[in-house]
Amino acid sequence: MLRVEHLAKDFTLHLQGGVRIGVLADIGLTVAAGECVALTGPSGAGKSTLLRCLYGNYRAAAGRILVRHDGATVDLAAASPRQVIAIRRQTLGYVSQFLRVVPRVPAGAIVAQAAMETGMDAARAATEAAALLARLAIPPRLQALPPATFSGGEQQRVNLARGFIGGHPILLLDEPTASLDAANAAGVVAMVHEAKARGVAIVCICHDIAVRDAIADRCFAVPAMQEAA
Amino acid sequence: MSDDTLLSARDLSLSFGTLRALDGVDVDLWPGEVLAIVGESGSGKSTLLNVLAGRLTPDQGHVFYRDPDGHLADLHAMSAPALRALHRSDWGFVQQDARAALRMGVSAGGNVGERLMAKGARHYGEIRAEAARWLEMVEIDPGRIDDLPRIFSGGMLQRLQIAATLVTHPRLVFMDEPTGGLDVSVQARLLDLIRRLVGQLGLAVVLVTHDIAVARLLAQRIMVMQRGRVVEAGLTDQVLDDPAHPYTQLLVSSVLQA
Repeated sequence: MLRVEHLAKDFTLHLQGGVRIGVLADIGLTVAAGECVALTGPSGAGKSTLLRCLYGNYRAAAGRILVRHDGATVDLAAASPRQVIAIRRQTLGYVSQFLRVVPRVPAGAIVAQAAMETGMDAARAATEAAALLARLAIPPRLQALPPATFSGGEQQRVNLARGFIGGHPILLLDEPTASLDAANAAGVVAMVHEAKARGVAIVCICHDIAVRDAIADRCFAVPAMQEAA
Repeated sequence: MSDDTLLSARDLSLSFGTLRALDGVDVDLWPGEVLAIVGESGSGKSTLLNVLAGRLTPDQGHVFYRDPDGHLADLHAMSAPALRALHRSDWGFVQQDARAALRMGVSAGGNVGERLMAKGARHYGEIRAEAARWLEMVEIDPGRIDDLPRIFSGGMLQRLQIAATLVTHPRLVFMDEPTGGLDVSVQARLLDLIRRLVGQLGLAVVLVTHDIAVARLLAQRIMVMQRGRVVEAGLTDQVLDDPAHPYTQLLVSSVLQA
């Protein structure tokens, strides 16, 4: 489903005198359908950077990110902006560490919108969004409100619902259970298992070792890079 | 250029005296897509918008527009009447100063209906009904249809300009700082409205703004301009989350987190 070859990423900070920070070099990673790979490594090793590269949010400096999309293999690292949008719509789901949404839009509408982008009609999207949010313990009373005033855990569950509702064949999860209590975290573990059973390929970052052990088939250690000269 | 673009520009250059306002700019826009052009004042973004809309003629380069029948037309080779017809029907232009775009001595309904009449509508009752419907679409009480815009607030004027622009169902809308100069709460309501209408109507938009938060909210793609050149372009979230050019990094780092 997903194959990363020789991926590299660095940042040049022009406002800090052009200092160059190397984060990823020569990363190779393959994730099969139905498999969950956990990214590990110390804080700052580049786990989130790698995940953002896999979503096309950060641009790769070198290497290829091959994604099975619409019956063909596409290199996300070389794709045009319009191709990236299409790949995200159909193939790549992403749950970021923190919810970032258009302000003033109710939680239910945010999740329904994500479903509609994958081609679901409005009525079914609204029904499924309400059901998924309810499953994640966001009651109808909260679904009608924009998530700006929600607690961290509630925002993260809205974020999870938005990521899972599209049924994308590849899912990228950045700390999906970090701000959740045990009961809600267990619910997320169950959702990941169901997604894997459907053949979804998953890459996750998960510091909670119990959750990681429960969902990941294997770990991929992101190597910390030497500071570039 | 790709064979399904709505608007394509190649190698646009334009100087005002010794000032290079545009320097080798390429643009592609597809149907239903929102493209933001950002940069500070003097970067050439409004000049680019005016060239793309056929309001200014470049020294060099071409702008091609694909009409609903699929024919490609070189904008600056078109006759003036043909270009005016395009602006009346297929296109819309929303400018920052609604007072300059609207006729302040004509009623709100008249301002909306005027564009329908320019396109050939003649039935008074239908024009009035359509104008009332559009006032409602932009959240203006249809009971104000006979009021003169000069008693409207800044936010209402901008919403009226949007109604007067969209009433003919254009495919392509040019927007020049549509939320500029408004209070933040008024700006938020206007942005919600633009976002909703663009989605509902499947509009293609070229949006000029100096506010990268507005670009992030509305646009799928972004072009960053500095001194008449496009210094960086791409997917909006890529360019704003992973800016590569020094000027883009400066723009992104200059935004205050509220």
